[in-house]
Amino acid sequence: MTTLAEKVPASATSSRWENARRGFYRFRNSWLSIAGLLIVLVLFIIAVIGPSIVPYPEHVAGSVSTATRFQPPSALHWFGTNELGQDVFSLVVAGSQISLLAGLAVVAVGALVGTLVGAVAGYFGGWTDEVLMRLADLKLTVPSLILAMAVAAALGPGILNMVIAISISWWPGYARLVRGEVIAKKEEMFVQAARALGAGTGRILRRHILPNILTPVIIKMSLDMGFAILTVASLGFIGIGVKPPTPEWGSLLSIARTYMPDYWWTAVFPGSAIFLAVFGFNLLGDGLRDVFDPKARR
Amino acid sequence: MILRIENVTKDFKVSHGPLARATHFTALKDVSLSVGKGESFGLVGESGSGKTTLTRLILQLDRVSSGRILFDGTDLASLSARDLRHLRSRIQIVFQDPYASLNPRMTVHDIISEPMEIHQDTLGLNARQRTDRVVELLELVGLGGQHLFRFPHEFSGGQRQRIGIARALAVRPEFLILDEPTSALDVSVQAQVLNLLHELQAKLGLTYFFISHDLGVIRYVCDRVALIYRGEIVEQGETERIFEAPESDYARLLLSAMPEPDPDRSPFRPPAASAG
Amino acid sequence: MALLEIRDLHLGMRSFEGEAHVLNGIHLTVERGEIWGIVGETGCGKSLTGLSISRLVSTPPGRYITGSISLEGRNLLTASEPEMQSLRGRRIGMIFQDPTTNLNPAFRVGEQIVDVALHAGGLDPSILGVGAKASRSERKKAARNLAIDMLAKVGIPKAGERIDDYPHQFSGGMRQRVLIAMALIGRPDLLIADEPTTALDVSVQAQILRLLYDLVQEHQLGVLLITHNLGVVAQICTHVAVMYAGNIIESGSVREVFKNPNHPYTTGLLASVPTAKMKRGELQGLPGSVPNLLAPPPGCRFAPRCAAVQPRCTAAIPPSVAVAAHHEVACVLAEPHASAAA
Repeated sequence: MTTLAEKVPASATSSRWENARRGFYRFRNSWLSIAGLLIVLVLFIIAVIGPSIVPYPEHVAGSVSTATRFQPPSALHWFGTNELGQDVFSLVVAGSQISLLAGLAVVAVGALVGTLVGAVAGYFGGWTDEVLMRLADLKLTVPSLILAMAVAAALGPGILNMVIAISISWWPGYARLVRGEVIAKKEEMFVQAARALGAGTGRILRRHILPNILTPVIIKMSLDMGFAILTVASLGFIGIGVKPPTPEWGSLLSIARTYMPDYWWTAVFPGSAIFLAVFGFNLLGDGLRDVFDPKARR
Repeated sequence: MILRIENVTKDFKVSHGPLARATHFTALKDVSLSVGKGESFGLVGESGSGKTTLTRLILQLDRVSSGRILFDGTDLASLSARDLRHLRSRIQIVFQDPYASLNPRMTVHDIISEPMEIHQDTLGLNARQRTDRVVELLELVGLGGQHLFRFPHEFSGGQRQRIGIARALAVRPEFLILDEPTSALDVSVQAQVLNLLHELQAKLGLTYFFISHDLGVIRYVCDRVALIYRGEIVEQGETERIFEAPESDYARLLLSAMPEPDPDRSPFRPPAASAG
Repeated sequence: MALLEIRDLHLGMRSFEGEAHVLNGIHLTVERGEIWGIVGETGCGKSLTGLSISRLVSTPPGRYITGSISLEGRNLLTASEPEMQSLRGRRIGMIFQDPTTNLNPAFRVGEQIVDVALHAGGLDPSILGVGAKASRSERKKAARNLAIDMLAKVGIPKAGERIDDYPHQFSGGMRQRVLIAMALIGRPDLLIADEPTTALDVSVQAQILRLLYDLVQEHQLGVLLITHNLGVVAQICTHVAVMYAGNIIESGSVREVFKNPNHPYTTGLLASVPTAKMKRGELQGLPGSVPNLLAPPPGCRFAPRCAAVQPRCTAAIPPSVAVAAHHEVACVLAEPHASAAA
């Protein structure tokens, strides 16, 4: 007990903080994870403050200046201008807001619904499990983009509809993950212990199982973020997502493709933004997985 | 007799797929034993012998196929859900693996106070009183209140097992099932935990149902012993009698296989040969 | 030349809190035909000692600070990785604790052993008993026959039929036999067994110990048996090294060390095992717990828990002194002359 007396955390919070620092130490060991974290942080900062610091806020709002169409990148227009004479840099920066917000919303809704469905299916098993999981399987037989397209087309354009459309195709992945984790955790000794103490279903799920499966869900969310942004962009690209003039990376890319390769900058910069976001979130997700891998735990 | 198990049999249906006919697997066959108040009763068996099944039946996590389990004179199967919950607070269990049996995301405080929350209606403690009781329990098992808000992974194996014991004692049980409580621990730590269990029994008047495959530990801890082999009790009686004069072949086999820490009693060496 | 000679081995292990000295000057010499029991509490470094010999400690976070490990004169710590690979599964065999996780459930037991046999045969064709120019199918056939022979040797009945079973069709004891067969197929000179019977029932444990003992007698292997079970050590080992917090604090022949323990830690460890004569509550045990290796206590690392602690204990780590033939102890109590001089 001598080892423990040395540093005793005063409360659960400081003990948690200690754990977080330990986790960050492992995270720090991989520079790719750090790169991912930095990219994601920068993206979020840009998304929050971006629209207010862009050089041409009026272009973001939709005004055009035909006199300055298709100017190549210069000191005045870092990413050049597009077919309407709008500053591409301003549009890409402002577009980050929609892309990130929609991506986050999709992942959050998908994870929430999927976790609920998966937890119920995994814990109760039997018929409940069969019905819920066949429903999820049914969804997995339809390519997610096609389904999202169909739903988005039916609901009409708009950010909210797009988020709903993508989320519908998104939850089954989480449901399957959570179901598997719940089934595994259900057999853990500490869950058996709680049951032996007389704990009921609600308590076991809430206090013992769900907190212990949060980690893989968070990792999946982080890995999915990139793909969600890509899906949002894809819907924008095929024209059933966000409508102009609201800038969004996918629709920017979609419009620009007609002017390739002569006015390459109109496509390259929104494209690079998508690439960077997807890349950043994937690196971050990989890093988080390394941190939370129970085998790496002390 | 606080616990009486009468002719208990437990079958499991084993499914071989939708087309094959399900077969039955008998995990326990006509098991009878009784445990007196305040004594330490040992159950010895190897893996697959049915000792885990028996504990699950006593804890009412599974139901018997036939036979009766009486606790303090009442048949467990006859109890209503409410009475069963009440009874659960009188029977508690300490698990084998102190690493796996504590929820890694809960603090020591939450782990030990959880049974008090579950049995709130029986105990009637408010949050403040529960915390006081947790501190009291931590001191009882030799840990101390400063560990209140730490997480299980910050403790050594022996300390975790102390937490597991404190959790089991939280609701003031009379009957403690000790499911291989020291088999995951180092010998030096095992000695500490065994001594703690001995002190607690004297202090709190507990009845122990001690499950182990370590005959040395069983001999040290238990008043009476039952040997279980493939779901059947092959021998039971006073500990000393079984160790000194085993009647069944199985008891003799186990005793001969028990490795004693004495180089002179090794089956591999004739005495006083190959020394230094 | 000794089969295995470990000299002043220091291993550091880096973690969040800093670098811990997990092995702190290990000296050990193992000859053929000797079975060395390495005992100690969790975290004393006994498994790391075993892993270091086959160089399976990942570096980083591990770091070999000083010292050498020689297998018949060849320093393993400076050997190249391909060289180590040719030693593992050939001259050094390893058995681990859990027989359930060390066999791949997706492949037949036979395929897994044949793989090992082919690897060993690739390094030394005489193991398979076929010429160097043998065709692939000849080699495979020879490997399979060898696998069946080995399975039969470790006591698996009807080995010729069982070889095509999957691991889940074997019981825990039988799986451990399979793993022993795998470890022995390359005819190793040195066998490292890390808690080989801990996951097994006592009756099965007795069979596995008998098997190990007979194999050592037959092949004159050197064995490092890493365990926390003092009973197992007393039964089968010829020698024992007691480890505490990264040091070997007492070593020698099993009978010497068990009958005449000199180090207070060894005494305490032996007194922790319940015996037939003890009454309840009489068990001694050791107070306290193992030290934090990031900030080890000065001098003898056992001093804070030692009942016979003296001021000079904290001055320096006591050197190993011979108290009898085949019996060395690292404790100030064992060196009365040194104290007289001081």
